Order: sequence, then C-alpha cells, then structure tokens
Amino acid sequence: MALKIPILGGAGLSEAKSDTAFVEFERVQKSYDGENLVVKDLNLSMPKGEFLTMLGPSGSGKTTCLMMLAGFETATHGAIRLDGVSINNIPPHKRGIGMVFQNYALFPHMTVAENLSFPLEVRKIGKSTREEKVMRALGMVQMQDFAGRRPAQLSGGQQQRIALARALVFEPELVLMDEPLGALDKQLRETLQFEITKLAHDLGITVVYVTHDQTEALTMSDRVAVFDDGRIQQLAPPDELYEAPQNSFVAQFIGENNTLEGVVQEMRGDSCIVKLDSGDVIDAMPVNVSKVGERTKVSIRPERVEFDKSRLSPDAHTLKAEVLEFIYMGDIFRTRLRVAGTDDFVIKSRNAPDQVRLTPGSQIEIGWLAQDCRALDA
Amino acid sequence: MAEQVLAADGTPLKASLNRALRRQKMRALVLILPLLLFILATFIYPIGQMLFRSVENGIVSETIPRTVVALDDWDTQENDLPPATVFDALAKDLAVAVELKEHTRLGSRLNYELSGISSLFRKTGRRVDDIGEIYTDQLVALDPAWEDPATWVTLMADPDWIAAQAAWDGEGDEPAFVVSATAIDMLPQTADIYADFARVIQSGDNDSPTEEEPWHIVSLALYQDLIASPSVDIPGPLAGLVSTAAAAAPSFETEDVIATFTDVDDDWQNPEVWETIYTYSPAYTNGYFLNAIDLQKTTDGIEWQPENEQVYLTLFLRTMIMSMTITISCILLGYPVAWMLANLPARKANLLMILVLLPFWTSLLVRTSAWKVLLQNQGVINDLLVWVGFIADDNRLALINNATGTVIAMTHILLPFMILPLYSVMQTIPISYLRAAKSLGATNWTAFWRVYFPQSVPGIGAGSILVFILSIGYYITPEIVGGTKGVFISNRIAYHISSSLNWGLAAALGAILLAIVLALYWAYDRIVGIDNVKLGG
Repeated sequence: MALKIPILGGAGLSEAKSDTAFVEFERVQKSYDGENLVVKDLNLSMPKGEFLTMLGPSGSGKTTCLMMLAGFETATHGAIRLDGVSINNIPPHKRGIGMVFQNYALFPHMTVAENLSFPLEVRKIGKSTREEKVMRALGMVQMQDFAGRRPAQLSGGQQQRIALARALVFEPELVLMDEPLGALDKQLRETLQFEITKLAHDLGITVVYVTHDQTEALTMSDRVAVFDDGRIQQLAPPDELYEAPQNSFVAQFIGENNTLEGVVQEMRGDSCIVKLDSGDVIDAMPVNVSKVGERTKVSIRPERVEFDKSRLSPDAHTLKAEVLEFIYMGDIFRTRLRVAGTDDFVIKSRNAPDQVRLTPGSQIEIGWLAQDCRALDA
Repeated sequence: MAEQVLAADGTPLKASLNRALRRQKMRALVLILPLLLFILATFIYPIGQMLFRSVENGIVSETIPRTVVALDDWDTQENDLPPATVFDALAKDLAVAVELKEHTRLGSRLNYELSGISSLFRKTGRRVDDIGEIYTDQLVALDPAWEDPATWVTLMADPDWIAAQAAWDGEGDEPAFVVSATAIDMLPQTADIYADFARVIQSGDNDSPTEEEPWHIVSLALYQDLIASPSVDIPGPLAGLVSTAAAAAPSFETEDVIATFTDVDDDWQNPEVWETIYTYSPAYTNGYFLNAIDLQKTTDGIEWQPENEQVYLTLFLRTMIMSMTITISCILLGYPVAWMLANLPARKANLLMILVLLPFWTSLLVRTSAWKVLLQNQGVINDLLVWVGFIADDNRLALINNATGTVIAMTHILLPFMILPLYSVMQTIPISYLRAAKSLGATNWTAFWRVYFPQSVPGIGAGSILVFILSIGYYITPEIVGGTKGVFISNRIAYHISSSLNWGLAAALGAILLAIVLALYWAYDRIVGIDNVKLGG
C-alpha cells in the first residue's frame, strides 16, 4: 500500500491529549522479527464507555493491538495508556482488563461457577461476596441454572455467555473481546451481538472488540477502526464508515461496493467529472483526489444506483448498461450489469409494489447523484 | 416396554442390525487375528505356563509316589523318624528314579527348601541299587531259577503279554509289559515294583524284561510279600518255587533298610529331611509364594524364614521405593522439558524432540555402560567434582553399585517415557488458558498452578504409570550399576531363572510383581480414573 495514504486514525491524536481519553495508543509500533512491522504507527484514543471495534482482514494487526492492550504482547515502540497511566510495563494480571477469547478459554477442569469465581478468588474476595457476584454475573447472561456444569457440557453459545460473564464478574472497566462470536452459527451470533451490546451499554463498560465480520462491526459498535497493513485506515461511526469511506480499501471492505477506475477530468468544487478507462464520463464527489489528471477509483454503493431517468437531475451523466442477471432475494432485488467494461456491476433495489424487475438482456441507462459516487485513491 | 422396532422386511431391527454389523466385526477380527495368535502363542501361553509353575509341585509325588503314600501315615507331631515302611518305599522309589536319573532333579527341587537334600539324594542314589541284594542272594541260593529273568517274567507277566512278546518279530518296539492280575493279587508289592522295573527296562534302556535280571529291590519286595502272606499259592508251574521261598523266607537273613540309609548319610536320621519331603509332597503348593514373601512352610504351619534368609520383602519394598523415586525424578526433570516442547515454535520443538528421542537410538546396554563410566569412583563426574573442589579426592562420592547409581541411570533411561505422554497432553492445552487466567488477575504462578497444571495431570498420570511399571520390572540397568544395594526384585527373579533354576520361586516372585502392578493400576483407576490417562490428543 502506498505511503501517501493519510493516516486517518491520526484524528485520535488530538483526542489523545484530552483528559477524557480512557484508552490511548500513542505512536505504537510492533514487530515480531525486527524486520517487518505488524503494527505501524498506531494512534487511537477512546473515551470511557465506548464500544470500539477493530475490524480488518487477518494479518492486519488488529489482534496484535488487542494483545498489546491486554499485556500479552509488548509494544516495540510507543505508549499505551489506560486512564492516563502508561501500562507498557504492567503485567497482564495487574491491568484489570476483562477479556473474552476466541475459543472462550473456559477452564475445562472447573465448573461454570468455579470459572467465574476464579478472578474473584485471585483477588482474595470473601466466599459469600464471591458467590453473590458469581450468581449476579450468571444472571446477566441468563445462565444461573448452569452454575454446576462443566464447560464441556455446554453448547457453544452457552460457553460464550459464560466466557462473557467471567470477563465481567470482577467488574473491569475495560473489556476486550477477540472474535468472540466467530465459532457460532449465524442466528446465535446475531442474538449474542445484541446481548453483548446491550450489556456493555447497561454496565457502562468500555469495550474493544476485534472481528473480521463487518456486519458485526457495523451493528455493535459506537466507532469502528478499520485495520489494514498495520494501520488504522479509518476510524469512524458505522454510518460514516459505510456512507463516507475515506479510501478505496475501506470502501471495498465495508459493505458491497461497485468500483470503476478512471482519471479526474474536471474539478467543480464539491463534485468532479471522472473519465473512466472505457471512455465514459461520470459525476463523482472528490474525496481524496485533488487535481485534474489524477487516477482514481470511484466507488458507488449498489443501492444508490438509479436506473429510472426521471429521478436523476437532467444534466447528470449516465452510463449504458446491459442487464446480465436478475436475482430475487426477497426483500431486495439484486441485478448484475455490464457497465463500462466490467461484468460485476451490481445494483440493488427495494422490493416495492411498483419496483421494476429488469429482464436479463435488456439495455438500460444508469446514473447517480454526484455525492453518492466517491472518487477515492487509485 | 417399547414395542419392538421392525426392519423393512419384518425382521426385528436389532437382529437386522446385528447381521449387518457381523461382517464388519468379522473383518476387524481377521485383521487382528495374526497378532492375536502370535501373542497367544508366544506371550500369553508361556506366561501362563510360567505362572503355573509358582504353585505346581508334581515332581515329588511323581518321582517318589510310594514314599508320599507311606508318609501319609506318619505323625509329624511326634518329631520322630518315619516308620521303616517309609524307608522301604523310598528305597523302591529311588531305585526307579535312579534308573530314570530323576532323583537328582527331585534332590535339587527339595534343596530349595532344605539345603543339603540335593547331595543326600545323589549319595543315596549311588547306593540304592545294593538294597535288597541280600535277598536276591538267598533266593538264588534256595533255587538258581531265581537268577533267570524268565522265571520272573513267568511269575509276573500277564499271559497275553507273554504270548504277544513271543510273537514279536524284533522289529519296532517290544509290546509294553503288562503285569498279571494274579501277581497283583498275590504278590502286590513285588508286582508293583516289577512293573516299574519292566517299564524302565523297556523304555529307558530299550531292553526286555525277558533278558534282564530284576533289581535287588524286587527281591526285597518279594521277601516282604512272602512274609506278609506265607501261605501264598501261585497257580501254574512256579507254584513250587514260590511256596519253597515262602517257607524259607522267615528264616532269611534280613536287611535293615533304615540302617542302610543311615549308613549312606546320617541326614536320613534328621526328621527335618522327612518333614521337608512330607511338606512338599502335594501336587500343588503355596510354598513358593510363601518363600517369595520370606515365609516358610513347616510341619507346624507357616513361619518366618530365619532372619538372615529374609530378602524378598526387603527387595520388594526397595523396588517399590526406588521405582517411585525414579518416577518422581522423571516428573521433576521431564515436566519443564515437555513444557518447552509444547510451547516452542515447531522448528525448535522438533530439534528438541530429536534430542529427547536420541537415547532410543543407542542400545540400552551402551547407555547403561556409559553411566558406569560416568559414575564410578574414578569416573568423569567424580573427577569433575574433585577438580572443581566440591569434594576431596579421598572422599569421592559413591555413585555406582548402590541405589544412587540405579536411580540416576534409570531416571535417564526412562525419562523419554515421561516426556512423551506429558508433551502430547500439553500440546492439547491452548496457550489461551494461561492468558485467560492472567487476564482474570492470576499471577504467573497461580495461572500455572490453578489452570495449566490440573490440565496436564492426565499426562503426568500416563507418564508415571509408564515409568513406574517399566522401572518396577527393570533388570539390566540395576544389574549393571546397582551393585548389591541397588538391585531390584527382577534381578532376583532372573537369578532364580538362570542360576539357581528355582523356576517355581521365580514364577511366584513374578506373579507377586504382576499382582502389585495390577493393584496399583486399580488404585490409580479408583483415585485418578483411568479415563484421565492420555497418551495423546
């Protein structure tokens, strides 16, 4: 990835200096072998009570960041602060951070209650208080009836709830979750997503959540940090991330996206004209292009493509398209088009009573509002 | 009761399923059959045989059957010599046994119980064929026909056998001698011993009773028969010969068999000898087992062996204690290594694994001998310690030919058997457990002790069982480096198998060892649970 990409996570830098920051990464770097940086110059700041998701493909450095925060990896460079205190040299067990692991890591030789009681025991909390807290934590995840079971006697979803309860039972202010729902089936995942967010908000805890599932990231988080190549590519609330991706990686990684490549032909303030490689000309909104002649990838969401000419402004540019495939998906229709030399241009339309169903083979014209089409880095 | 489920063709589903599975089972059986047969033939059966020897004691009643019967009437509590009939019986038994060269074997067997019996039997064996000569001489003096083998055959043999023997063409074996019913009826003792004589002559010497003069002991038996029934009336041509002898018998000069035995060796006057024979006359005995735990059988019941002969309980105890020491040493040394193996990156772990397995590439004997070089008084380790100055030159450590040597060498040799099961169990414990524990606030030690260690216990169990069972039966290493203070019970078993040839005692010791191992296994199952033993994934 080219170096000219602006470090958008840098937005946190200014926040880092504020007193409200609860978790802070400042210029953090991590290398395992002394040759390659797994995490390159990470800056991040979180206020108390935030649910932040680190999202990214595998190898993007998100889990390493989490492990550094938990204390299982040491930062090669930079400072990690918790509530204003640098924790670089504090061993994991003194950080007081709750953690939910990918495979739950419930201790197989202990019962559910013993698992939950463990963090309280090592904190030398009295027996009666312990029992009370364990039952309260089990109550939070509706698992009171399972206190005497062993982890192996529980289903995946139940184990996940217990892992969650165990991470919460000693009332940490910060909880880390490393792909906690990865091993569960879709339906259970959705239920638990909802429960985890609700619990986090009810308890007012700060959560750093790692996942590679973008739906999970979008539905659960207050803010999402998109990781790639050891950097935060964009740190933003889910809606902003989806609707206003700051670069082509984020645009492609979050949600479905149509990409067309071309050269900036004309700049018009908050919009621009892009000449595609096929020769067609389209309207776009410049995001990180600044001058005429620059190569760009324009990105447009499938649901923002319009094929009803009456809804477009009269001077809008349109593209000729051939319908290749029409897929009925229930709530929406998904239509694949051949546009400007690509065969995988997709549009989505709502299944409304008056919605047109395009037939394969027909020739149509498509267009969009300039602000829906973002001209990003090439 | 639920209704029986039927298959599509109306047969009960269970039967149908069984039929379907039978083929599979048969195939599985065929696959293991060669190994099963091999093990049965070369392992299970011989071991069963061997263990059977620990109670089997047929040799006494087979070799001296008459004596065993005669001793039945002997009152052991009197602390007297047995009656003359017993001596007579023994003389007859020995006459047969000497011819078959079995008396020395019996002597060796009884020598395990009372030393000296072996030579007593050998000495007596050399003289036993003279017993009864005095009667032969007097019979022959009475009538030279007594010197003729044919006379004896006519007197003793079944008419059918005589006919068959006459018809025999000399090819192949002579028909097996059959004693006549008349002889058994009228001259029972003579018939009894003559039958043995004929059998020995035929089978042992490949000769014929028709050509061999009977042993003198037969004359003794005849004399006893004639004294017992003076009016004996043998039918047939020899009636006169026998009745003449019967008439003369009371005036025969007699031989005192007891005196003859005593003349051979005074030990025959020792009631202990007779008590030993009496005690070990049954076909099965618990004597070997009693000996194996330092007890002995006497006519007064079961008693401790004399203090200076008690070795086996000490040896068993030492074997157990040293095996435990070795097992614990293996755990202490092997656990960290297994941990390293399980947690290092694959490439380094493989190298380390090769180092762990390296000892398997050299012979056990070589490794043990190497320890001999290292540990001896002038050996490498002592030299090093002296050079460093830890010990004085005249105060070198005794590291070999004692228990220390055995523990050191065997810990080294058995270490891989501890590391491998530990490693394979530790490999299945994800690092995330430790991380989880630490994130929950546990220190490194608490995380290890409360979370990691309990999960590695099955590996410790498996390794300990392996190491303990292997060491409890170890032989070569204690033999080479153990001296006298560091040998195991197995060395004693080997000694009885190959040197003293007291296989019965060896078998009893082996059976006890086996029982101990099984008992420990059972105890382990009860305490830890055998399901908790894991040799891998």
